[in-house]
Order: sequence, then structure tokens, then C-alpha cells
Amino acid sequence: MRLIDKRDLMPATRAMTTTRRGFLTLSAGAAGGLLLGAAVPVRGLAQSGAQGEVLVTPFVHVLPDNTVLVLSKHLDMGQGTASGLATLVAEELDVSMDQVTTDFAPSNPEVYANTAFGVQGTGGSTAMPNSWEQYRKAGATVRAMLVNAAASEWGVDASEIGVAEGKLSAGENSATFGELASLAASQQPPEDVALKAPEDWVYIGKSFARVDVPKKTQGSVGMFGIDRQPEDGLVAVTARPPRFGATLASVDASDAKEMDGVLDVLEIPQGVVVVAETTWKAMQARDALTLEWTEGSGETRGTDALMQEFRALLDQPGNPAEPKGDAAAKLEQADKIIEADYVFPYLAHAPMEPLDMTVLFDGSSAQFWGGSQLQTVDHGTAASVLGLEMGQVQIHTKWGGGSFGRRATGDAHLVAEAATIGKAWLDAGHDARPIKLVYTREDDIKGGYYRPLTMHRVRAGLDADGNISGWEHRIVSQSIAKGTPFEQYMVKNGVDDTTIEGIHPTPYAIPDLSVDVHHPDVGVPVLWWRSVGHTHTAYVMETMMDELAEAAGRDPVEFRLSYLGEDARLAGVLKLAVEKAGEAGPEGTYRGIAVHKSFGSYVAEVADVRLREDGTIKVEKVTCGVDCGVPINPDNVVAQVEGALGYGLSSILREQVTLTDGEVDQFNFPDYMPLRISDMPEVEVHIVPSTEGPTGIGEPGTPPIGPAVANAVYKATGERVRSLPMSQHGLA
Amino acid sequence: MISFTLNGKETQIDASPDMPLLWALRDELKMTGTKFGCGVAACGACTVHVDGVPTRSCQTYLGDLDGATVTTIEGVESDAAKAIQEAWVELQVPQCGYCQSGQIMSASALLAETPKPTDEDIDTAMDGNLCRCASYARIRKAIHRAAEIMEA
Repeated sequence: MRLIDKRDLMPATRAMTTTRRGFLTLSAGAAGGLLLGAAVPVRGLAQSGAQGEVLVTPFVHVLPDNTVLVLSKHLDMGQGTASGLATLVAEELDVSMDQVTTDFAPSNPEVYANTAFGVQGTGGSTAMPNSWEQYRKAGATVRAMLVNAAASEWGVDASEIGVAEGKLSAGENSATFGELASLAASQQPPEDVALKAPEDWVYIGKSFARVDVPKKTQGSVGMFGIDRQPEDGLVAVTARPPRFGATLASVDASDAKEMDGVLDVLEIPQGVVVVAETTWKAMQARDALTLEWTEGSGETRGTDALMQEFRALLDQPGNPAEPKGDAAAKLEQADKIIEADYVFPYLAHAPMEPLDMTVLFDGSSAQFWGGSQLQTVDHGTAASVLGLEMGQVQIHTKWGGGSFGRRATGDAHLVAEAATIGKAWLDAGHDARPIKLVYTREDDIKGGYYRPLTMHRVRAGLDADGNISGWEHRIVSQSIAKGTPFEQYMVKNGVDDTTIEGIHPTPYAIPDLSVDVHHPDVGVPVLWWRSVGHTHTAYVMETMMDELAEAAGRDPVEFRLSYLGEDARLAGVLKLAVEKAGEAGPEGTYRGIAVHKSFGSYVAEVADVRLREDGTIKVEKVTCGVDCGVPINPDNVVAQVEGALGYGLSSILREQVTLTDGEVDQFNFPDYMPLRISDMPEVEVHIVPSTEGPTGIGEPGTPPIGPAVANAVYKATGERVRSLPMSQHGLA
Repeated sequence: MISFTLNGKETQIDASPDMPLLWALRDELKMTGTKFGCGVAACGACTVHVDGVPTRSCQTYLGDLDGATVTTIEGVESDAAKAIQEAWVELQVPQCGYCQSGQIMSASALLAETPKPTDEDIDTAMDGNLCRCASYARIRKAIHRAAEIMEA
């Protein structure tokens, strides 16, 4: 994602002046500057039972009970960001980690923008990179305010004050942060603060326990949006069309309306909504609706028809990305040419927490609760739908029960639907009540916003010396950004960057490379899916590099390294992974390798794969080399790489969404089959020590696993797997 | 009126016998530790113990529970469950955490039955519990670790 002009994301109001209100209510009395402090009576903040006043700054609150609350501007959907941000603050503030709690920041792009996007949101593995300076400075600033408060209270020079584990001391004097919170709020924050040198870090670079883990072993009470059940809360489920874009012809809701606990049935543009007292009642009543959809409306093509059209496009020149050298001429001179086509299916994200969003709209203001991943887009869309100013709307971010991109939609469809329901509910004459819109798993699997169906065609040449001589690459894939606020930043000359990333640019020094694309219009909504374009570009690049190495009679590692002369970090992780994997994998396994750079990070994976007697594969072990700059919490880096490669492995084994005459064939986990524990390999992750700034780690572990496994499968079977998932070839 | 023992307490619930236990817990009793993941017993997020046996509450009906003993993540306190929860924290198993109530209920039932499970035992007992974050490598390690904790 690129820096975005936030005004483009706010159809409701182009003026941003009201959006600060959410923050200012909390810091009333302060001048409202970004890092100015304010003393707020503790009764105003629900999270503490202590008496006294709280030092409030945008990212850090110091409470009288000597705890520190860190506000995460990012959604934490399992990637550990809330804990990571807390660590950055704790490091510079000199508190112990067990004093720190976290909460999610309100929606306010003026204060909480992702500096990589320009709006508040989480994605592209940017959470830690964009917060690296900001949260450390926030901690250091609060520390300086506390030190200055102590200095003035004790009449000593600030330089004489020591700070450790949430306590200040100088000679005979000592006080906790909590005791000085109120006084510190009146201190002028320093203009600039020095940050610790890496050798002084106490937490950064050391593995530490995440803040959310204990609660997540005890039922995660109160964490997820779907678990919110306020006293007067209602539940809504929507009957949506069976084909994307189809329109309602008629509905008979008479049976549903008579059912116990059903309060109303509302027609909205998205479908027919049942509002009931409970989830179960709403789901039962939806089943009792008699619905007819307009014949022939919506997307009516099935996957077979789409693939036929995509294949035809592979034969025609597409929109070119900026070429390198002259691939066509080099291919003319090539000694050997390898040509291959690849097919990647639609994929659902299927986060374990089905989508949900609660709305409370009273006609003049609205609140939303849920796992919002693009708060500013959600916020602006909600205001637009409800005809409100930004300042009349607030988004309360809840922990995300997984996302993998699914909760970050350019059209904010979930919030838009919840807002529409809130409005339709009031328009029907009801009193305002919180209404939780809930997806069932079927709604999720059939609901679109998939990783796009994608085809590639590669023509790559080798010269007589076994070097690459020209590389032509064509991709057919729906544009993810087209039609969203992101289009103007991500689509250049008819080429969506998220389609070609990973191939163009490539870290391989391939002198003659041409890439072109087709972005056909299909009525199936598509979306970024953990690691986005890299899900397919890395697969093609890394299996083709293997194929070329073999055709050239060269070792696949040596062949890759010969094209990575200018990228020492990528070469470094490849060498590291190969070295750590040792001579061979477990007995009877075949080995494949892949290396890929994405989201600023470098990951190599060595997969040791067994071919079972029934022809299916078991990935026994994956050895990874990872360079993500400074690993803020190495154990979490390991966890993210384990999970990311598991997510990628899941997709190549059995996952696919197909359509027949425009209707999605799969319905739930029995036929959209994710990875299970018996499929999971042993994983070893080796991290390159680094003091470079941190880069992404939520996604970069995903791209290399597919090609690493495919390269191993080739060794085991002699077959190149060029269409996924592998289950359609009997391999899973 | 259906009567059963829930987390050690006699519980009566006035609801339709065809209501799934999952929705009785979440909607009626406001106990949200047991999660809704699929509704068709295909993901394990809603796993509870019924008479000690790990059971998908989304496909278990109130009418079949009269007199039964039900334990949920809120009330599980067997030695096995405590060891599992301790190991889960020690090895930082959860990522998003949404599936983990079900994972812990399945794992604690396994450990109660099989104090030193093999990898094959773990595959058999845990294969019905999906985790989209793929925390599986740590789940496996944490079950072995919990077995050690139990033994100690």
C-alpha cells in the first residue's frame, strides 16, 4: 500500500476538522497537541479502579496505580502488534512489561494514521515498521515529562534522576510513575527526545510474553466483536444474493416475522435482514424466508467460463509494466526456451472469527464495534451512509479473530451494511439499540472478497552458458485496487501493482524482463489475501527459477545466488536456510527451496517433503532463514513465520473457491478445507541478527512455502505442479 | 425445561430441545468463551466436554443433554486443563486466539485420557480443531509440554 490522501477515503466529509473530537474528549483541558499531556480524573477512564488522575497522551496513559496503558493504533488480529507497540513504549519509558496493558486507539487519522498509508489502518505488514520511531518517541516523551515533574517536585536537576521499572529516584527521593502522573501532565513535553542506543535495549530484540496470551487461554472473554452482547443488544443476519450483484425479485417474510424472538425483517440494498433477539433466532428466521432473485442478474459465469476467457487473454498482449532490457530480442537468441502456464484459484481468507460488526445509531450519532482493519475507510463510509459528520461517528476496534486481509476492504462493505441496517431499523420506527451484524461461515465462504483467480504465462530463455536470456511474463488477474479509493495509488498505466509485485520488481538481476497484465472485469469481489500478489508471483518465479536451473544443469541454490549479487540480504537468508537445513531432510523426503522478498523482509524456506504410498504429500520439515531487520520480539517473529507458512501451505494443498453459473460451489469448512494439525510440518526459523529498522513479518513467511513444496514435489514425482491446489492432482 | 450440570452448577434452561448447546451457552447464558466457527461441527471452535468427552456444541442439542455434565472453557479446571493452559502460555501458542478455547478443550480431554500422548495421538485427537493462524506447531509442542507438567 502507498501513502494515501485521506480525503479520498472520506466520502462523507472532505473536512477533517471534526475527526479530532474522539481524542479531544479524552484529553480535555490540554491544548490538544500531538504529545501534550493532560491530567484526567481516573473515574473518566473505565480501565482502572484506582483513585487519582491519569497522565493522558495520545499513545500512552500513566495511571495512578502505576500501570501504563498503551493505545494501539493498529488492529491486532493475532500478529502480536499490540504487544509489540507496548514493548516499544516500555523500552523507552523504563517500565517493566508486567505494568503495561493495551487497548485499541479510537478512530482518528489525525493522530493515529499509519504513516505508510496516511490513514488509520493495518496491512502490508507495516504495523511495526511505521510505528518504530513513533511509539519509542511516545515512550521517551512521557518518560521526560515524568522526570521533569520529579525534578521540579524535588528541586533537583533532571540529570540526577534515575528511572527504572516505573519508579523515579534521586537521592532520598523516590516516587512511582503513578504518583507523579498528575504533576507530569502539566509539564511541557520536550520538542525532541533521544532514543536508546541498541546496546541499551532491555526488551527490544529479546523474546517476551505477549499481553493477550493469558486471556486467550481462558476464553478470550470480552476481546472479540462477535462476543459483545450488551443488555439491549440485537443480532442481524442478512440473506444475500446467491450470485454476486444479483438483485432481489421478491421476499415473503411472513413465516420469519412470526417466529419467537424476531423483531423485524428489513429490506436493504445488500439483501434481506432478519433482526432478532439472539443469533440462533436470527439464523433460524433467515432460513424461513422465501426469497426470489431476479433471473439472470449478477455474475453468471462459472469458473470454467472465466478460465477459458482468461486463457484467451494469455494469447494477447496486455498492459505493459516498465520493461527491463529487450526480452523479445534475447529470447530470439536463446539456446533453450521454457514456456509454462500457471493457474491459481480464488481463495477465501476464512478467519476463524466470522465477520461481525455492531452498530448503534440514534439518528444523530453512531458507534461501531468490531475488528476494524482500515478504521479511516470504515469511519468515512459509515458517516457517508448515515449522513453524519465524521465527528458524529466512532469506531471501537476490537481484537480480530484472524483476518489475513479480510477485515481491510476498500469499500468498507461490512461497516456499510451494518450502518444501513442501523438506519433501516430506525426508519422502521424502532428505538435505537445496538445491532450486531453476524456472518455465518457460509456467508463468509460464499461472500467473495477472495484472492483473485489468476493465470500466468512465462517464456524464459537460457543461453548456451546456462544464463537467463530473456524473460516474458504475462498475468491475467482481476485488479484488487480498481474501483476502490486505493486505485489511484496502486494502478499505474493500467497495471495494478498488487498483481505484479514479486515479479516486477524482482530482486533477481534478470537483465531482460518484460511483464504485462490483463485485468478482466468479473463480478466476483476480490481482495488482498495474506501477502497479496506474492501469493502467486513467488510461486511462479521460484518454481521457474528451479526449472531454469535444472535446464541449465546448474545447482538451484547456486543458480539463484548468481542472480542475487546486488541483494546481499536475500542471498544471506538463502544461504542461512540451506546451511541450517543440513545435507538432507528426514529419511525418505525430497527437498525443495524457495526464497522471496516481500514487505521489506527476506525469507528463504527449505521444505522436506514425503510422498506417501497413496500419492499424497506430507511436508515433514521446513527450515527458514529470515531477515526482517531488528526482530522486536524474536519469539513472535518465529510464531508469525510458522503461521504464515502454514497459511500458505494450507492454500496450496486443498483450498479453492469455484463457481458454477456464478454461484459459489463451496459452503463451509467441509468443502473449503484448511490445513489441519496433521498437515503441519516441523518448522525451524533462523533469524538474521540485525540492527536495521524493522520490516514486515505478518506476511513474508507465506510466499516461499508454495514454490518450495512444489520444487520438492517435482523431485519426488518428476511433475511440475502448475495449477493449484495440489489436491486436484491427487497430491493432497 | 432442560436440566444439566454446567461447570459444576445445576443449570436449568427453558429453551427448545432442538437448540444447539453452543447457542444456549452464548445467546441464553451469555457465556462467550465457547466460540462459533462453522456451525456444522467442522472446525472445533465450539468444543466443550459433555460427560468428559470433547464434543462439538454446535451440533449437540439441548434435548439430548438432560442430566448431562457439561464443562466449558470458563469452568474447565482439571489437572490436565491447568497443565494445558500453563503450557499454552509458556509456549505462547495463541495468535488471534479465536480457536483456542476449542483447542484447549480438545487437548485437555486428550491429556486426561492419554497422559503421554504420541504425535499420532495428537493428530488423531486434534485434527478436527482448525486454526487459521496455523499455530499447530506450538499446539503440538505445548501438549507434550503439558504432559511433562502433569508428570512433575
